[in-house]
Amino acid sequence: MFYREAGQFKASYQADQQIFPIRQDKIAVWALVLFFAAVVPVIADQYWLKAILIPVLIFSLAALGLNILTGYAGQLSLGSAAFMAVGAFGAYNFMLRIDGMPFLVAIVLGGLCAAAVGVLFGLPSLRIKGFYLAVATLAAQFFIVWALVKFPWFSNYSSSGVISTQEINILGFAFDGPTSKYMLTLAVVVILALAAKNMVRSSTGRAWMAVRDMDVAAEVIGIRPMRTKLIAFAVSSFYCGVAGALYAYTYLGTVEPEGFNLDLSFKILFMIIIGGTGSIMGSFLGAAFIVLLPILLDNFVPSLLGDLVSASFVSNFQLIVFGAMIIFFLIVEPHGLARLWQIGKEKLRLWPFPH
Amino acid sequence: MKLKKTVLLGATIAGLLAGSYASAAEQFIGLPSYRVGPYAAGGSALFGAWIDYMQMINERDGGVGGVKLVWEECETEYNNARGVECYERLKNKGETGNSVFQPISTGITYSVLEKVAQDKIPMVTIGYGRTDAADGRVFPWVFPMVTTYWSQASGIVNYIGMKEGGMDKLKGKKIGLLYHDSAYGKESHAIMDKLAAKHGFEVIKIPVAHPGNEQQSQWLQIRQARPDYVILWGWGVMNPTALKSAAKTGYPREKMIGVWWSGAEEDTIPAGSAAKGFTAAGFNVAGTNYPLIKDIEKYVYAKGKGNMEDKSRVGGVYYNRGVVSGIITVEAIRKAQEKFGKGKALTGEQMRWGFEHLDMDAKHLASIGATGFMPEMKISCLDHEGSGKVKFQQWDGSKWKVLTDWVDSDKPLVRDMIEESAAAYAKEKGITPRDCSKEM
Repeated sequence: MFYREAGQFKASYQADQQIFPIRQDKIAVWALVLFFAAVVPVIADQYWLKAILIPVLIFSLAALGLNILTGYAGQLSLGSAAFMAVGAFGAYNFMLRIDGMPFLVAIVLGGLCAAAVGVLFGLPSLRIKGFYLAVATLAAQFFIVWALVKFPWFSNYSSSGVISTQEINILGFAFDGPTSKYMLTLAVVVILALAAKNMVRSSTGRAWMAVRDMDVAAEVIGIRPMRTKLIAFAVSSFYCGVAGALYAYTYLGTVEPEGFNLDLSFKILFMIIIGGTGSIMGSFLGAAFIVLLPILLDNFVPSLLGDLVSASFVSNFQLIVFGAMIIFFLIVEPHGLARLWQIGKEKLRLWPFPH
Repeated sequence: MKLKKTVLLGATIAGLLAGSYASAAEQFIGLPSYRVGPYAAGGSALFGAWIDYMQMINERDGGVGGVKLVWEECETEYNNARGVECYERLKNKGETGNSVFQPISTGITYSVLEKVAQDKIPMVTIGYGRTDAADGRVFPWVFPMVTTYWSQASGIVNYIGMKEGGMDKLKGKKIGLLYHDSAYGKESHAIMDKLAAKHGFEVIKIPVAHPGNEQQSQWLQIRQARPDYVILWGWGVMNPTALKSAAKTGYPREKMIGVWWSGAEEDTIPAGSAAKGFTAAGFNVAGTNYPLIKDIEKYVYAKGKGNMEDKSRVGGVYYNRGVVSGIITVEAIRKAQEKFGKGKALTGEQMRWGFEHLDMDAKHLASIGATGFMPEMKISCLDHEGSGKVKFQQWDGSKWKVLTDWVDSDKPLVRDMIEESAAAYAKEKGITPRDCSKEM
């Protein structure tokens, strides 16, 4: 009843081809974006903006990148954090070495560096599949972090290999406060998410899904697997690279290559598994789940258990609860949180007459 | 109705209690601890000891100058992003906000380096973090106290010189540097190259990839090169592995000198008998035979309020290092209260003044029962390091035995490097260094 597209007629091709063809979807998405762009900066305090919302947005973008590769094109990757590192160090070096480099151009160039590296490490995907490909992308993870430590040029000869980012200045406006940084992150993430939503229903996205579902059949119907897979690697790494640049510039301010380790890659992989592979929205839900739940637990568990047990137990207990909740959600809904939302939508469509 | 009354009464009592509670001043200290994850063994002792020390001050003296110390832990898992979240979460807690941030993680230190200056919260990094922050003119809010990695490297070379009978004897010697291949391990390169050029010895740099539980090829290289000494610049599982591999290779452990992150019980006990004879530097010593540790046992553990689950870890290297964090925090509060008045909570800015004017001479150390426990130190606007001295301890198979008195570093050389690096940072960031002659 609430969610029904009956009566929404498309009279033109343009209307038929818009990103959100169902009116309710469109309204909901714009309301959400408007809420996060106009209301949240007013009601949220510094802590929420700096420590909660910015990282959730950035990790959503990284998860989105991995989701394009793994969820849509079916290529398992364990190198997402490394591609983030390429984006971060790339943007840093463009800002450092070219005078008057605009920030937005620098992060795009950082993303393009990541895309190039991604294509390079995507080459094995033409021959190997599944878990074996995951092992090959693992090489990217270790090689890139090693290279960033090994060659001091990347970190501008800093003795410890740590880079500290320049100030963000776009058209004379300095993005130095938490609100402005949040808005900048939000803008980049919204634009890239809409682009991804659009891309996955274009011929490129359909080709990805064809390759994912059965690559031999895809080849038979005329999809070139090499081109399709490498585009998936390029786009995915571009997203991860931009996420990495934002991670360095709008979130942490200083990053070291070791920060982009295998743990982070796994975390991003878990985000799409929990959120839902092959879903744009799932990337956001998964990122929110993985980033927010441990913080939530750390806020509540100590005050609940507090003085009863030792501090080490409290810390370990949070991890146990976190793990248990992941298992719970995967048992209840193996296709991720996005699938729960989809079921919810179907229920809303039928309600109140389920038959 | 009755229920409503009870609730109202309860609320009133709670309100009264809260009111009277808040009237006594409290100094809030945020603790970004890590008790899970790969470094939990270190984290639980470092933060547990720090809490124990503050608990002891509260129990024995009723706080500092009538101000009770209160704290809250926030689990970082030694992860930079979580560390930033903790920093932001703890920032505004307590009466005056968080008054000092000590992450005990180099990664988190870098992540909040610029934030602390904006938020006016002093950051103290004892034995880790950014070395060139010792130049207080460029980094007013960061205090890499007691000693830094570069001072330590220089101290180790001075110790080798002492063992050889003079710095001139180092000429032509070979020193192996077995380091953790990360930002932390690479911190040793520049200083070792400088020292090698100055004293005429040769440095053989041998990287060990993280985590370092496989060191066959590295020790083969050491066997071929036959260095006179090997400096172990390790972390975590790399340390016991190095000691065991040395035993297998037949390299004398007496010729191996560890840095302070290689010289704790957690590093030697897993290596078993292979660790015997291994020497390590440290800016604090192990042992319980110090008045302040005795006080912790008396006022905290005897009352069952200790933070350590395993009481036998009290007096270990990591534990005592955590106590150093506690001492420096408490003494800075004391110093700042002298200027800004007792009996009320200090702000971050006032605490920063306290840290910058910290002067812990022999008399001061004796008064807090820490003679020989940590080196004397004096912080100033120019020098945020304060000491740069280390002691060397040897593992006798069951415990650490102190070998030397405080060994100093090559101050002028280290200071030159610090100033050069800090100046480069100031230039990159467009910071105008403070004029220390104008600082009060």
